[in-house]
Amino acid sequence: MATKVKVDQTSSIFERIASGLQYYFPTIAIAIGVLVIWELLVIVLNIQQFLLPKPSAIFAELSSEFNLWLDPNESSLLFDASGATLWEAVGGFILGCGSGVLVALITARWTIVSEAMMPFAIAANSVPIIAFAPIMNNWFGLTNPASKMAIVAIIVFFPTMINTVRGLTLVEPRQLELMQSYAASPFKILFSLRIPNALPYIFSALRVASALALIGAVVAEFFGGPRATLGVYITQEASAFDFAKAWTAIVMASVIGISFYLIVLLAERRLMPWHVSFRKTD
Amino acid sequence: MTHEKADIAISAKDVNKIFNPKTEEEVVALQDINIDIQAGEFISLIGPSGCGKSTLMRLVANLIQPSSGDLKVNGKSPEQARLDRDYGMVFQAATLYEWRTVKKNVQLPLEVMGYSKSERDSRAQQMLELVELGQFGNHYPWQLSGGMQQRVSIARALAFEPSILLMDEPFGALDEFTRERMNLELLDIWQRTNVTIIFVTHSIAEAVFLSSRIVVMSPRPGRITEVVDNALPYPRNFETRERPEYYQMVTEVRELLRDAHEV
Repeated sequence: MATKVKVDQTSSIFERIASGLQYYFPTIAIAIGVLVIWELLVIVLNIQQFLLPKPSAIFAELSSEFNLWLDPNESSLLFDASGATLWEAVGGFILGCGSGVLVALITARWTIVSEAMMPFAIAANSVPIIAFAPIMNNWFGLTNPASKMAIVAIIVFFPTMINTVRGLTLVEPRQLELMQSYAASPFKILFSLRIPNALPYIFSALRVASALALIGAVVAEFFGGPRATLGVYITQEASAFDFAKAWTAIVMASVIGISFYLIVLLAERRLMPWHVSFRKTD
Repeated sequence: MTHEKADIAISAKDVNKIFNPKTEEEVVALQDINIDIQAGEFISLIGPSGCGKSTLMRLVANLIQPSSGDLKVNGKSPEQARLDRDYGMVFQAATLYEWRTVKKNVQLPLEVMGYSKSERDSRAQQMLELVELGQFGNHYPWQLSGGMQQRVSIARALAFEPSILLMDEPFGALDEFTRERMNLELLDIWQRTNVTIIFVTHSIAEAVFLSSRIVVMSPRPGRITEVVDNALPYPRNFETRERPEYYQMVTEVRELLRDAHEV
């Protein structure tokens, strides 16, 4: 019989916030616990601030940068750096994932081509592409965001392409026979069967790519870039022994990375609400 | 029904199917298949696994090609019949597209075949009502039970009004109660639509209950050993299963299957 689908009851906003808090309470408790222990350990063991700054010190630094950023007459280097790095990561992500899906779509049409390309793609996927960062810096210019975007694009290209090809080709034989029994054109089979079938594969690649994009951008910046980028910010502040500042950049990078991932997850929910991972039953 | 009335829906003359010919894995899946199936018949293909009943169905569906012999579907080559959308297919698994709602699944063949939006909507609704799932159009397949999913796949196969319905063990994965209810529903659909049904099964009871003729097959090599006329009168219902003629028929088919196995 039909499974009852859970429908959001018309509950008050407070009830929903309360139930949300209840659901996330263990997670929040762990986060706060870790921060408290960290703070206490630094005080009790008398750890030097350049080895490990207290969370409260990092937070104070963060809020003063935040106030600078809000002030129209001032500017915050940290927030400028975050914006620049975000731009590199997003630009590279769109370029790399976009061309990954596109190349997969084109080559999947000719099975021979995609099968011939797969070993190279898989090999390229295991190469530490970040090692090319200095070369990209030379090609596009150290301070040109394109040099970081290029690295990010190459890093995310291969997993996206490989997964898309898999999703387009690993179609259940019976589902394909069904289309053949309708005498469907290859074009119709692509749009009505292969692409929907590939969506979960593509999104799992995009989720991985969203994390890789930010890692790629920050690490590429370690090899040099404009002052206002997170990677350069971290290396500069760390070598100046201003560790609380370096940590604020790490926090920003984490926040951006997590948001990026959540946005991809949200898009996934919107585009494939039918998928097994989003099913809610009583 | 819009399909033209060909008197013989399917005719096979000396059809052979050999997989991996001239290699060590050579398998004679079908040998010297000869049968004529009239339009409007309900034919069951029954036999143990490996007897080639699914292979025969896939030949009719033009999903594979015969190695030799002459096979005609509605008087045409199987390929032409497929291109003309002469048959609908139902597999053992419902094979619904999980990203489509029930309604959109039923509309899939109509979309492929270029029906207008309004026609797709009205036909899908009509077909869903035929299989008594009229209110489930906006559900996703996973929200339905196995029996309901299989009914959706029958609605999908009938949506474009093919003259032939090919069913490959459609109720094999269902429990006994659901299967018996589905059998009744299928008979009802058959009588209302006049579609020719080729039904692969390995349940003797199912074959006897449903079909007007039963084709008994045996394996290694796959061949037709007997074609039995089933005189049980239509309409059939729950009481049919309690009649002595029904038991006689079941016994007869069982013995034929046993003989076929001993040959």
